[in-house]
Amino acid sequence: MNINTTKIISLLFFIFSAFYLYTAYQIQVFAFDENAPFNARTFPIYLGYAGLFFSGLKLVLPDPDTIKVEHITLEYKKTGILILIAIIYGATILKVGYFLTTSLFLFASYYFLGERRWILMFFLSFPFVAAFMYLLHGVLDIYLRDPFLKLIGVMG
Amino acid sequence: MIEGILVGLTTALTFQNIFMVMIGCFFGTIIGMLPGLGPMTAIALMIPITYGFDPATGLILMAGVYYGAVFGGSTSSILLNAPGVPGTVATSFDGYPMAQQGKAGKALAIAAWSSFAGGTLSAIYLLFMAPTLSKVSLSFRSPDYFALMILGLTAIAAFSSKGQFLKAMMMVVLGLMLASVGQDSLSDITRFTFDNMNLTDGISFVLVVMATFAMSEALTIILKRNDPTAAAKQVSLTELGSIKINKEERGKMYKTIPRSSVIGFLIGVLPGAGATIASFLAYGMERNLVKDEEKEKFGKGSVNGLSAPETANNAACSGSFVPMLTLGIPGSGTTAVMLGALLGFGIQPGPRLYMTNPEIFWSVIMSMYIGMVILLILNLPLIPYIARVLAVPKNYLIPLILFFSITGIYVMSFNNFDIYLMIGIAVVATFLRLYDFPMPPLILAFVLGGLMEENLRRSLLLSNGSWEFLWDRALTVCILFTTILIVLWHIYKTLTKKKS
Repeated sequence: MNINTTKIISLLFFIFSAFYLYTAYQIQVFAFDENAPFNARTFPIYLGYAGLFFSGLKLVLPDPDTIKVEHITLEYKKTGILILIAIIYGATILKVGYFLTTSLFLFASYYFLGERRWILMFFLSFPFVAAFMYLLHGVLDIYLRDPFLKLIGVMG
Repeated sequence: MIEGILVGLTTALTFQNIFMVMIGCFFGTIIGMLPGLGPMTAIALMIPITYGFDPATGLILMAGVYYGAVFGGSTSSILLNAPGVPGTVATSFDGYPMAQQGKAGKALAIAAWSSFAGGTLSAIYLLFMAPTLSKVSLSFRSPDYFALMILGLTAIAAFSSKGQFLKAMMMVVLGLMLASVGQDSLSDITRFTFDNMNLTDGISFVLVVMATFAMSEALTIILKRNDPTAAAKQVSLTELGSIKINKEERGKMYKTIPRSSVIGFLIGVLPGAGATIASFLAYGMERNLVKDEEKEKFGKGSVNGLSAPETANNAACSGSFVPMLTLGIPGSGTTAVMLGALLGFGIQPGPRLYMTNPEIFWSVIMSMYIGMVILLILNLPLIPYIARVLAVPKNYLIPLILFFSITGIYVMSFNNFDIYLMIGIAVVATFLRLYDFPMPPLILAFVLGGLMEENLRRSLLLSNGSWEFLWDRALTVCILFTTILIVLWHIYKTLTKKKS
């Protein structure tokens, strides 16, 4: 059997399905439902077996159309930084507020992607977010929590 | 009926109601373009406004918003691969590749004309067949719905290209697994939440769609930045292309639109089915019906592949009004919101609606057609301007896509956990996409997961645990037979291709 990344992904999916199936069997159902033709664990159990079946087939059957990815050409560093910025954005959005975190997220993302036109970067972050926030909060009446704007007295 | 149609026309063609359709279409298009804010949100936002009008005007406004939002969703699907509305996910399969080839203007024009044609044809079907279809839709029972879900999932055969069938099936199972997270709908028992309260309500559809399409697309673009083919794509993205549809493309659309409108309308009529399933099925059916040469173009910017789901999702929107107006059963989440609004007006939809309130029943049907015309007039001239989104440099476009995705989730739940979950799913999806694991089957399975379990539960409980329900009814057998035919046809085509 030729080992390639697709096979490794299939193996991981096989393990995931086995774990899913194990967890499905652990679902606590009501005592009166235990022997019912269908209860909360029935469908997940079928899914677990289906996952094992298809990933097992993918593992065993030959894979003539192997996908080869040129890892050297891939930009792992920039992608990683962008993901990290998004995680920090997600972690701070509730505590700091929508306006400041979103603006900083956009500004930082432009910078790490190689942009250096500062004025454009500024306009496409702070005023842009302010306008978007006005659309959501002011026009569409969708509540946006913003402790920062509250603190400086912009938002009531 | 003629009298009813005339009453409807008189009501729909008043200045106030035409103005309401225009406002609704415009507002809906804007909302539909924003990922996370679909037609349901748009209509929900409209409810307090509609209570200021009479019921017919209120419903006309909501119908305009509905159509506008579906079209707006297509725009973000085509330009950014970020479907704003579940019903436009299938639009991105060929619309986005077309935009990537510098034909964004053409893709938007095809979408606009297909939506118009789909909506127009379905308005005609609605006019003549609404009362009959409402009776037919009532004859569908749980086993038939379950079989219909299976048929929907076999449409993955249409999405999987050569050698991808098993990968597609794995994605189907993964989609169903993701859909099973959260409270069981009947017993309220929590499943796969690992004592995390944030997972009790399950994973939201918008989250999964944003993660697997918009966000993972953005991450893939950054990841493949140094790829020479990606650089070529970047150049073509600045070209908006013509919005004119040539004779050959029109010829393809003439064949696709009638059949997709029929399937879209019929699926829309079935309670609980809706535009998403209709668009996926139309896409799958179209791929199976076109010639081999055209089939190869599916997923790479096919005119038929774009026209089919666009026609079907608009036709399904009209179709979903049938069970709502004639039976009081909403055909989709959006019509459920509209039903709530209707009840708020003190009107009880049902078989007698078009006798007791003909002006409401027929004016909504008439305003649908007027809405289609207005949508086309509004959107066609705007296409060159809308398509300019693609000319935005990647350094700006990528963070903006991430921003729209995260904001879409944030305004829905105000929860950090959902943002982390979305990022996590997006990272996994990006990795899977690198190795050609298709995402559309995952989305389709995620949409169908809840419905599928519900109908399987009912069928098994009614048949006391026996699987005989699969061959008890002629309708179930017919649907399953079609499913088997599709699978066999796919296997046959694969085998004959290998031999040749």
